[in-house]
Amino acid sequence: MNFTKLLATAAVALGLAGAAVAQDKTKVGFVYVGPVGDGGWTFEHNEGRLAVEEHFGDAVETVFVENVAEGPDSERVMTQMALEGADLIFTTSFGYMDPTINVAKKFPNVKFEHATGYKRADNVSTYSARFYEGRAVQGHIAGKMTKTNTVGYIGSFPIPEVIRGINSAYLHAKKVNPDVEFKIIWVYTWFDPAKEADAAKALIDQGADVVLQHTDSTAPQAAAQEAGDVMTFGQASDMAEYGPFPRVSSIIDNWAPYYIARTQAVIDGSWSSVDTWDGIPTGMVEIGEITDAVPADIKAEALAMVEAMRTGAYHPFTGPIKKQDGSDWLADGETADDGTLAGMNFYVEGITGDIPQ
Amino acid sequence: MIRLVKRPQPSQAWSYGAPVLAVAATIFFGGLLFAALGKNPIDAILTIFWEPIFGEFSFFYRPQLLIKGAPLVLIAIGLSLGFKAGIWNIGAEGQYIIGALAGAGVALALYPLESVLIFPAMILAGALGGWAWAMIPAVLKTKFGTNEILVSLMLVYVAEHILASMALGAMKNPEGFGFPGSRNLQQYASAHNADIIENSGMHWGVVFALIAVIFAYVLLSRHRLGFAIRVTGEAPRAAAFSGVNPKGLILFCLGTSGALAGLAGLFEVAGPAGQVTIDFNVGYGFTAIIVAFLGRLNPIGILFAGALMALTYIGGDIAQSNLGLPAAAIQVFQGMLLFFLLAIDLFTNYRLQIGAGETA
Repeated sequence: MNFTKLLATAAVALGLAGAAVAQDKTKVGFVYVGPVGDGGWTFEHNEGRLAVEEHFGDAVETVFVENVAEGPDSERVMTQMALEGADLIFTTSFGYMDPTINVAKKFPNVKFEHATGYKRADNVSTYSARFYEGRAVQGHIAGKMTKTNTVGYIGSFPIPEVIRGINSAYLHAKKVNPDVEFKIIWVYTWFDPAKEADAAKALIDQGADVVLQHTDSTAPQAAAQEAGDVMTFGQASDMAEYGPFPRVSSIIDNWAPYYIARTQAVIDGSWSSVDTWDGIPTGMVEIGEITDAVPADIKAEALAMVEAMRTGAYHPFTGPIKKQDGSDWLADGETADDGTLAGMNFYVEGITGDIPQ
Repeated sequence: MIRLVKRPQPSQAWSYGAPVLAVAATIFFGGLLFAALGKNPIDAILTIFWEPIFGEFSFFYRPQLLIKGAPLVLIAIGLSLGFKAGIWNIGAEGQYIIGALAGAGVALALYPLESVLIFPAMILAGALGGWAWAMIPAVLKTKFGTNEILVSLMLVYVAEHILASMALGAMKNPEGFGFPGSRNLQQYASAHNADIIENSGMHWGVVFALIAVIFAYVLLSRHRLGFAIRVTGEAPRAAAFSGVNPKGLILFCLGTSGALAGLAGLFEVAGPAGQVTIDFNVGYGFTAIIVAFLGRLNPIGILFAGALMALTYIGGDIAQSNLGLPAAAIQVFQGMLLFFLLAIDLFTNYRLQIGAGETA
């Protein structure tokens, strides 16, 4: 008996056995790259899962597995969820891309949603958030607030999503403070409190009095708190416990509305494969409370920028913008297209250092 | 009063009994842990140990056991040779990475050429890559007397940076829209380490792991080199008198373990993983150290230990999803296994003396 047949048999057996109990209960699986207690990326995805549970009550059952390594382990965990009867599976890390596609092929009736990737199929959607909109706000505040004119940036991996954030933050810091300089440290991890803390300390030693992070733990916040006069922003999650200072604001990924909508679509039978890239306008990206450590006028400017992005009046990548090598990228008034943004692999003019190769 | 007294001879019974007792103790105390977390301990233990082998979906999990266990066994066999002789290669993780890079490099350089010779060339490159990476601590030790534990461990971090650099640069998929990660070798027929029988989980890495077990067994029990390894570990002075060449032994043990770790990396990258990615390595090189000791540094023991570790990983993930056990609890459970093994191992060399009448 071949594998597909086996799966089909298993599915039928499951259907028969579970008909009485599980027929109208929709099962939603979540695969997490970090622990749910990371206080950042995975924490917010799990908040989204809890929101699904709360919204649908008994109509939906959710399951999750945390700390799943990208690669064959994730493929096994997804298969396991599909076998156990999941109708919809959210795979919440870029590295789950090929595994998601592989498993989706074997389970054409199960819907998959892959976060931050670019490969889709009839039963695989992709979704991501325009975090760079939040980065623009951070850049503005950082540029205004820095006294040493040095902003530290903890990069996870030099992938387009992270480079986009660096560019967006830099452009907006530079706009309000021509002397600002960015120092970037790559830690090659999404979640490693020890490495993140080391990076934060190194940046502070190099004179940074603002530290931005594109990693998921609160360790950089703690390092800044210890240093005393260093400002930070919460990443992926509000990290409000470090407010009002060092944490003066945050980018919050709010996945709950999306997760609820997609679960509803599966229940209604209206689910189809889509590519979603939402930001501040739909609320997928939220700006956490700007604390009183930020002067009122700067706060007002930041909030005005948020509002302009919410209405679509302002795009963080609006020309004139040159690339790092001095070549033209966007002409005056031109805004970046999604294709270029999605694959962004260059720094904008003024950032020093190279993207690691 | 209770005292520990050194045995004149290590106890054979305790040596073989310790892993069994350790597993039993882990199940007992793990059960208590799960109960403390509000889960039914029997359910949890059955989910971890029973479900993958005999459960409803065992047709899927059994092949997964091979996929998860093969790299552990392959690496642990190599490590055990050195460990027996007191040569401590802690850097198998790095050798695993370099082996994968060397093997994948051959494939990516030849893409899209199709030839039956590509896969054998990759195997060779993988073994050579791991071997060469292990030769660094080996040569430094034999020439300058450096500590192979430190050098091999530090080289893991160097290897991780080379891996990141390859995934972001030289080996990046040119059709990947700027995202890191190489082409997927699963989609390159000549390079794909596919299941030999479809969906059996039996890929070439599993075959090599079994061959390695047999070779190591014969080597240790029948071959002069095996004797040299054993005698060096147990009685270094006697080894010197019996004409063992310590430098040669260091080169052999580190080289072999490096080559096997490199092979494990190659089979993983060409098969189950498919891609060179920044996070390609998931700790097999370190877990294999546990497997080697859990298996008593004995090839057959390692085979079982590798299967057991694989089982706890797979069962652990099932328990997370089905019972809502946190990942940390599963990790504690796995940690207990080594902890109890080391604790119970004490009785191989010591025995308890009760009421000896002396005051301490």
